[in-house]
Amino acid sequence: MLWNALSLAMREIRRNVLRSFLTILGIVIGVAAVIVMVTLGGGATLQVTQQIASLGSNMLMITPGKRMGPGQSIGAAPFSVDDAAALVRDMPQLVAVAPMASQSMTTVYGNANWTTQVTGSSNDFFKVRNWSAGAGRIFTESELRAGAAVCVIGQTVRQKLFGNQDPTGARIRLQKIACEVIGLLESKGQSSMGSDQDDLVVIPLRAFQRRIAGNQEVNIIQVSVREGLSTTRAQQDIEHLMRERRHLSDKEENNFSVMDMKEITRMLTSTTQVLTALLGAVAAVSLLVGGIGIMNIMLVSVTERTREIGIRLAIGALEREVLLQFLVEAAVLSSFGGLVGIVLALVTSVGLASLLNVPFVFNAAIVGIAFLFSAAVGLVFGYFPAKKAARLDPIEALRHE
Amino acid sequence: MDDNGVPVIELRQVSKTFGRGAAAMQALRGIDLSIQAGEFVAVMGASGSGKSTCMNILGCLDTPTTGSYLFRGVAVENLSRDQRALLRRSYLGFVFQGFNLLNRTTALENIELPLIYRGDAAEARHRESRKALAAVGLAGWEEHTPGELSGGQQQRVAIARAIVTRPAVLLADEPTGNLDTARSQEIMNILTQLNQEQGITIVMVTHEPDMAAYASRTVHFRDGLVVPEHHLQDPGET
Repeated sequence: MLWNALSLAMREIRRNVLRSFLTILGIVIGVAAVIVMVTLGGGATLQVTQQIASLGSNMLMITPGKRMGPGQSIGAAPFSVDDAAALVRDMPQLVAVAPMASQSMTTVYGNANWTTQVTGSSNDFFKVRNWSAGAGRIFTESELRAGAAVCVIGQTVRQKLFGNQDPTGARIRLQKIACEVIGLLESKGQSSMGSDQDDLVVIPLRAFQRRIAGNQEVNIIQVSVREGLSTTRAQQDIEHLMRERRHLSDKEENNFSVMDMKEITRMLTSTTQVLTALLGAVAAVSLLVGGIGIMNIMLVSVTERTREIGIRLAIGALEREVLLQFLVEAAVLSSFGGLVGIVLALVTSVGLASLLNVPFVFNAAIVGIAFLFSAAVGLVFGYFPAKKAARLDPIEALRHE
Repeated sequence: MDDNGVPVIELRQVSKTFGRGAAAMQALRGIDLSIQAGEFVAVMGASGSGKSTCMNILGCLDTPTTGSYLFRGVAVENLSRDQRALLRRSYLGFVFQGFNLLNRTTALENIELPLIYRGDAAEARHRESRKALAAVGLAGWEEHTPGELSGGQQQRVAIARAIVTRPAVLLADEPTGNLDTARSQEIMNILTQLNQEQGITIVMVTHEPDMAAYASRTVHFRDGLVVPEHHLQDPGET
């Protein structure tokens, strides 16, 4: 009986190809929209999650000035190397403390030049970020102590200045100093905020302060808390220590901030997820609208085929057989729409993912759910028209013109 | 088919009223009618005489307001809508004035329709349908749709659809109403043949005395009543 209803439905759909196509268009778009949103959202979430790992676990960032969201804040005295030293001395739970000072400047090698962020720091800079030299080496103790003119560069800088050549041993010019490239960092890609993490040059902090900045300032201190220990606790301890060192009375607010990078990234992740859910919900509404479209066409179809229904009833079709016929027709229409939507969604997702630079994550669950949902939409919205058809009086229906 | 003396069709004081109160219209006013298996009955009468209403009741598409309709001894008025559908499916064949074939559906598929509802396997359906189509002289026209067939051919397909289930009774509502004389005669020959060779009981509504002449008995309706046979001798009564 079901098989017959299925073949009848297929015949009816083939009879009105254009109309059937227009009918399912709503479902196609709805299903495609839901899948694309969820897939891209999943890709974005994955990207953020990967960056949590690449940030290095348990990283805290100490910046001068009040907390103004992620990124550097302004309006307060900078730190000094002594602050960093105090952190190392007083807080054994920190495995790495990287004082940093940065400035954007033009780097030159031969005919090539490239404007990038030059950062003065210690080897802890790499430790905090779980970063290692892909080629060459990082600084030696004596280079750090002496403020030697050596640098470690990121992949983007290497690409811009050296192309695919090996940069180690070459001398690049940073403003007025010439500096030997001793190491090349591994690629990290884009950060969760969209900036290129590989676009940087790192030199010893002392070299930066003496030869470039001409002062003793430290703009940011990044620290790494020992694995397994609470970052929240470390955050409180650092705040306490820094307040003391900056001679803040009890009434004064912090003129620096300690941010948990992991938390910021987690916040970003949840934002992405909320956004994904929201967009998915909006897309789901379009599925609903598609369902109403199907109901509309099914009602038209029942009216149009009143006479046919009368013939079927007169010949001896049972109410439930007519009901099933129209219900199956609606379900076949909508699930076919679902299938087309899935194909469309996968093609679109792959395209958009590469365009937006997010990884494409195939989510089998959402594809399955979207398909089942589209079939369900057909059943739900097809029920009323089908019931209407099944309830027709055969005598009246046969008289229908 | 029923040879133990029970009529295939028996109407006992059947009346049918449409509407209520002042607007009520009594289409049938207490009809007694009995048809034996193997009969070929023509039903005649002016429009509004109640013959269509009677045919709907005979076809189990409608139920009497009062009175009883016994089909092969079963009181139809006590059956549910679905039970009546099952009865139609197994024992009744319908032929309409307007053919009522499904458009854009081949002759063979049209004929298969009642077999599909009966749940026959595809192979059996094809076999029986071809046989029925051959019985009405349309072998070779299986794949034609109603739009590609003449009126007479369409009616023959409709007859094939009605007899493919080997029904006990064939109900024909003005089967020749839309056809010219030659086509009408073809249809009547087929019906007569079915009646005589396969023993199918036929009840046929018609306006034309020429067509009624093919039947073995004629029942006249007037104002919702069956006219007693002795009144038919009056001139001008036909």
